[in-house]
Amino acid sequence: MEYFLQQLINGLTLGSIYALVAIGYTMVYGIIGMINFAHGDIFMVGGFLALIAFLGLLAIGVTAVPLALFLVLIVAMLLTALYGWTVERIAYRPLRGSFRLAPLISAIGMSIFLQNYVQIAQGARVKSLPPLVTGAHVLMDSGKFVVQLTNIQIVIIVTTTVLMLLFSWMVSSTRLGRDMRACEQDLKMAALVGVNTDRTISLTFVIGAALAAVAGIMYLLYYGAIDFFVGFVAGVKAFTAAVLGGIGSLPGAMLGGLMIGLIETFWSAYFSSEYKDVAAFSILILVLIFMPTGILGRPEVEKV
Amino acid sequence: MSVLVPNDPKSAERVSRLDVGGAIKDAAVATVVAFGLFSLMLGLLTQPGPSGQLTISERPKLLIVSLIVVFVGRFLVAIFTRSLRVPLISRLISPKLSTSFRQLERFAAPALLGFALVVPVLFYSNRYLLDLAILVLTYTMLAWGLNIVVGLAGLLDLGYVAFYAVGAYSYALLAKNFGLSFWVCLPLAGILASFWGIMLGFPVLRLRGDYLAIVTLAFGEIIRIVITNWQDFTGGPNGISGIPRPSFFGIPFTSDPEGFAALFHLEFTPTHRVVFLYYLILALALITCAVTIRLRQLPIGRAWEALREDEIACRSLGVNTTNTKLTAFATGAMFAGFAGSFFATRQGFISPESFVFMESALVLAIVVLGGMGSQLGVAVAALVMLGGFELFRNFEQFRMLIFGAAMVGIMVWRPRGLVATRTPSVYLEKKKDIPAAIVEEARQ
Repeated sequence: MEYFLQQLINGLTLGSIYALVAIGYTMVYGIIGMINFAHGDIFMVGGFLALIAFLGLLAIGVTAVPLALFLVLIVAMLLTALYGWTVERIAYRPLRGSFRLAPLISAIGMSIFLQNYVQIAQGARVKSLPPLVTGAHVLMDSGKFVVQLTNIQIVIIVTTTVLMLLFSWMVSSTRLGRDMRACEQDLKMAALVGVNTDRTISLTFVIGAALAAVAGIMYLLYYGAIDFFVGFVAGVKAFTAAVLGGIGSLPGAMLGGLMIGLIETFWSAYFSSEYKDVAAFSILILVLIFMPTGILGRPEVEKV
Repeated sequence: MSVLVPNDPKSAERVSRLDVGGAIKDAAVATVVAFGLFSLMLGLLTQPGPSGQLTISERPKLLIVSLIVVFVGRFLVAIFTRSLRVPLISRLISPKLSTSFRQLERFAAPALLGFALVVPVLFYSNRYLLDLAILVLTYTMLAWGLNIVVGLAGLLDLGYVAFYAVGAYSYALLAKNFGLSFWVCLPLAGILASFWGIMLGFPVLRLRGDYLAIVTLAFGEIIRIVITNWQDFTGGPNGISGIPRPSFFGIPFTSDPEGFAALFHLEFTPTHRVVFLYYLILALALITCAVTIRLRQLPIGRAWEALREDEIACRSLGVNTTNTKLTAFATGAMFAGFAGSFFATRQGFISPESFVFMESALVLAIVVLGGMGSQLGVAVAALVMLGGFELFRNFEQFRMLIFGAAMVGIMVWRPRGLVATRTPSVYLEKKKDIPAAIVEEARQ
């Protein structure tokens, strides 16, 4: 029971990270119907930028951890958003109206490019950071097993919840959110009634990248290490989360992210940790076969 | 999508005179963006310090140089495309290159084939070139196999390397555990790989393009993870070594009196085996090519191409889409299986590291660059791509960077690849090429 509870907490933390990345996939798919394969690598770039920014702040003498974390959050979100914007501008915008698979292939190229760019710029070794947020609360102690909720887990879950609420509010009640929903329903029609579709799509990428950057920071803090390759597997899992929740649906992405986090954690805890990626990938395949619209997705109508 | 164009101010107003000011403005904006992108990533370097903790150091020179490169590059692009109205490279070369490529094809294909046949004679003493040629042919074969799935049937398969792995491991395990010869294992490996293709294909082929791509990617990863972790069966991350080398129809390439050299009264050299391997993979690749060309003229091949163009129309006309997709998948997988067992016998050692996603991406890039559907285009693309890789051998690090950028570049400038035109396999009176513009229109 205690073990289960502990795994539940770990799973929710991991799931929060996946959920933040999954939002980027689901938004882009919802609006322009492409799988932004490079999104996982944007997440990795966000983590790296946070790492560099943090070390830079330390070097110029900002040592108070809360202040440093806040500044790192801002810097990493802004710069990663810029990466998201640039990637869209260079690799996806010229391809609008090209054949169906072109953006996906371009995105794969972008993903390879970003991985190697970071590898060349910062080296291939795993970069590790000493734990910044320490301390834990003991929730339950049965003598044999102690259930802990660490402060970092609290930070991750709280930040994710706040961002999700903020983001849901943005989509439902701001001008930009309305534009985004309009584009999602019908890009051409939205353009006809005066929505600046190019700008909306750009902003979608910017917001998705900013959220991925937060996920990258959380990943860095939680695991204390990052390397240039983490984006690939994390990206596929976050995409799985988006598909599981129903691609195109925001609550779906959040739900899917949490579910994937939980499934992965429980699988590692009770079966085998070597095959945890297999578990996540198998879920992707099973969901797509038996429930292609996901849990909260709308069925897709095939048009001629 | 033409509705969206007026939103882009740059395409609306085209300045005819030399607009240096505008170009400088563009370049300045690009430089500011680049500063944002590069300031942390290139300007600072994180390195483990003496105590093992990460330390940070500045790299102002690298940052400034990269910013200057961006500024000058963007300035030149702006000047050339906006002011001087020099058409983009793509527009300059695409129609001409395409038609001349078509005209060349009649001569180029036999010429290339003839050259391929005499490569071992010309470069007999150059072991390095022979090895490279074998590598190019292996990838050509893989790309021709994937071309059936992606180019003809229009199914994006990102896990193609899984079938390559199945072929390689089938040969390695069958040959090591049961002592079967290469010629027995080759068809078995192909059958096993296509069996896996059908197993994967059966449930997932109802999916649409992008979903299919991700599922095949996941499948490829699953196969690799299972191979890595199933230690007793596959040797895990250490791989399998000591895989039997191929023999000349039973005669081994050794220096024994029973060996190839002694029997044919030649002086023993290891090159015999390399040359044999070269002709082996050439033959396998040519079989792949010939089968594809023949299949395109059979009903199944036509069904593949029809499926690529319009799935709904296909279904309305009574084409069994599931079977059509399955055969494409299984055929493609079978050739990957052949190539895999060739790979295993050539290397003598295989490990999961040879079957990562990057291999799938590389083969896919070759198919895409070749023009998705053109046999000659794919062969030339394999030559260009692997040749390019070899040129950058000394810049190991930058190889994949350029590869990724090239993939984006191809999509942006020449999404139809080198050979953008299509030759229909069925025609009324005269064989007529379908120009690139129409091909492009058809696939939106």
